[in-house]
Amino acid sequence: MEVLSVRDLSAAYRKQIVLERVSFQVHEGTLTGIVGPNGAGKSTLIKTLLELHPKVTGEVRFFGSTLKEMKHRIGYVPQRGTVDWDFPTNALDVVMMGLYGQIGWFKLPGASHKKKAMDALERMGMAEYASRQISQLSGGQQQRVFLARALVQDADLYFMDEPLAGVDAATERAIMATLQELKSRGKTVLVVHHDLQTVDQYFDHVLLLNRTVVHHGLTEDVFTYDNIIRTYGGAIRYRKGDEPVAHPAI
Amino acid sequence: MSYTAWILLTAVLVGISCGLIGVFLILRKLAMMADAISHTVLLGIVIAYLATRSLSGFPMLLGAIAAGLATAVFVQWLNSRGVQQDASIGVVFTTLFAIGVVLISTSAGNVHLDVQHALMGEIAFIPWKTVQVPVLGTVPEATLLLGIVLIIVLLAIGLFYKEWKITTFDPALAASLGIPVALLHHLFMCLVSVTTVASFDAVGAIMVVAMLITPAAAAYLWTDRLLIMLVLSAAFGTASALAGYGIAALLDTSISASMAFASGIFFMFSFLLSPVHGLLGKKLRPKKRAA
Amino acid sequence: MEGRSGTEKGMSLLHILLSSNTQWVLFSTLLLGTASGMMGCLAYWKRQSLMSDALSHAALPGIVITFMLIGHKHLLLLILGAAVSALLGALLIQWVTLASRIKEDAAMGIVLSVFFGLGIMLLTIVNRTVSGNQGGLDSFIFGQAATMVRHDVQMMLLLTLVVIAIVVTLFKEWKLFLFDPDFARGIGMPLVPMNILYTFALVLTIVMGIQAVGVILMSALLIIPAVSARYWTRSFGRMIILSSVFGGLSGAVGTIISALGKGWPTGPFIVIVAAGLFVISILFGTQKGWLIQRLELRENRKLAKGSIASHQSRPVLREEEG
Repeated sequence: MEVLSVRDLSAAYRKQIVLERVSFQVHEGTLTGIVGPNGAGKSTLIKTLLELHPKVTGEVRFFGSTLKEMKHRIGYVPQRGTVDWDFPTNALDVVMMGLYGQIGWFKLPGASHKKKAMDALERMGMAEYASRQISQLSGGQQQRVFLARALVQDADLYFMDEPLAGVDAATERAIMATLQELKSRGKTVLVVHHDLQTVDQYFDHVLLLNRTVVHHGLTEDVFTYDNIIRTYGGAIRYRKGDEPVAHPAI
Repeated sequence: MSYTAWILLTAVLVGISCGLIGVFLILRKLAMMADAISHTVLLGIVIAYLATRSLSGFPMLLGAIAAGLATAVFVQWLNSRGVQQDASIGVVFTTLFAIGVVLISTSAGNVHLDVQHALMGEIAFIPWKTVQVPVLGTVPEATLLLGIVLIIVLLAIGLFYKEWKITTFDPALAASLGIPVALLHHLFMCLVSVTTVASFDAVGAIMVVAMLITPAAAAYLWTDRLLIMLVLSAAFGTASALAGYGIAALLDTSISASMAFASGIFFMFSFLLSPVHGLLGKKLRPKKRAA
Repeated sequence: MEGRSGTEKGMSLLHILLSSNTQWVLFSTLLLGTASGMMGCLAYWKRQSLMSDALSHAALPGIVITFMLIGHKHLLLLILGAAVSALLGALLIQWVTLASRIKEDAAMGIVLSVFFGLGIMLLTIVNRTVSGNQGGLDSFIFGQAATMVRHDVQMMLLLTLVVIAIVVTLFKEWKLFLFDPDFARGIGMPLVPMNILYTFALVLTIVMGIQAVGVILMSALLIIPAVSARYWTRSFGRMIILSSVFGGLSGAVGTIISALGKGWPTGPFIVIVAAGLFVISILFGTQKGWLIQRLELRENRKLAKGSIASHQSRPVLREEEG
């Protein structure tokens, strides 16, 4: 059974079609990178899948069922830029927010939830910052807290929107180690990624997106020079080992 | 209870209710929306009056809630059609307010006085209009209303505490967790409307804005914990109410305006001297960034 | 008002229009509306539409204090007092926003209500101690253009021309300053003086407009005509012109309507006329009006379904806006 099955998905943004006939399937236990140029619809894709953005056409199935039924098995790490960092809260609190869906209405988080949150922070190496106000954390630390918040949901399928953007090298390593660990435990992760140079290093599968799916599959098969050019329209410079450099199209 | 005591109690109730709601207004960046609602409830009240020909509390409350919701809905609608957020608020509230004033000018009796009253309020008149309540006896109507509203506010914040927290901090995540972000937003707008109208009689439209925003802003500069912020905000609201009364008694002037001014003083004090997030705080500790 | 025959009503309207005092008043609200329309465009693109609301409320204590100092209603000095007070408010908003975690909307709300509260405190004291003369002060709250005399109007004419001159002569500079301040800075445009000039012109417009529309509704005149103009054009220049026309029209027509009733304040009527123009613009405007959009949307949907139904779509070859 496919963990995620997308068929003919389309979405619009301000009267422009940004996703067109997107179709692909994701298998369990894979780590997929979603890449494409700016405006290719990568963020919109995730938002549309999670019904945070309206779709024009298409069908999406999670674990063979609908989003509503499977919500508890899905974790989401949105872009860091959408949050108010001056909000009066600390790292532990932020992680506990990931459990609010599980805790339900009218109940407050209890000791067990707190422990879960601390464990998640521990996994991301942020345990000592638990009571630190979030505005005092660096970009990398904030991202780790966000990841901890996703981990605490103990989901089977994770969506992450540019989790490595603007983080330091150590954080990047820590995050990728966590994703690998998730994969080894049979979880599935889809990541919107911004850096072409590291795709084959980090992801076993890749989805090349430019308004529609240019190609999708195993990185070693699909992440080729030709496919990259087709995705980016030739407007990039890409160098890998001895392969030729793509010339920017004017 | 004595005349003065009722006035003080009413003022304190305003301070606490507005202070609590104000915390979320600030954090959700809806300060100007509160300004808008405090003006448009006038239209709601006028329509309720014209429809029922009575000045009793309940229809006015309904009118106010309707006005508050309508404001939020219109603003959102305009915003979704490409008008900037600020401008949307500006268009909606000035238009609805103008309509309210015109309705009062052309149909009701003494124009100036009524509008002035709605805008400026006059807490000094509160103790005269009373109702009979079981157990408590004779209670001014406005005070009773405020008491009920305070209970509603406390319940709303208490029952949905974590939902307010998460929808304020990260609506995207909240939505993905299945929390009804839009519903909570509209519920919040209702709370703002209800609190505003209950405070009307006491402090009038424009000063409600002061009580809604300023104590919460002052509290924001003293703490990094949401719960403390709520408590402090209520405390500053109370202090503003009491200090305002004192100033008004001293200068023989409008109590509600003095309350607004007093809240400003507390804010300025916090802005300058809070060792946590005030200017003093910035001077005392260098900017520290964890490694 | 009720029970008058058609001709009688017509006569009174004519009478209004022919009265020289009303003509002066009409002229002044026309000018005011025009200047507000212009400045409103600048404020809109600077994303500071509601700042004018905060500043106009902040002007009240200045007006009252000036009155308390000089003892009678001297328009120029009152305007000066209003301007100083509003500028102080503007500075405070900036300071609080920059020096603390308080965001701009909260800072505006604080200045707006606290300053206004101070103004009312002082106004109440004035109303208790002074008799007769202070009647004019109340008109600042809702506007009472009818209390203006010829001398006042002449001064307003001058000030309005100043505002218009500022906007028109520096048109290209405003365009750049508003749309791309970073680039403007890069080519050497002095941003701080531009900001100061902008604030100066804004405050000038506000303190003049307060007399016609009052403190509370002043922001309406700065916001509504500008927003209405957006539905008819995409050009900055044409937007300014259209906005001025809408503003001027609102001022004039609103004043005429308010003159029909005894003691009706001018402010709300001017705002309602402006709002009427806005509704017309939003429905029928050629640029983003509801009608046009419905037609476009239908076309878009057809396009989307069409290209999806047809053969494989081609990816974008150029970077688009995300």
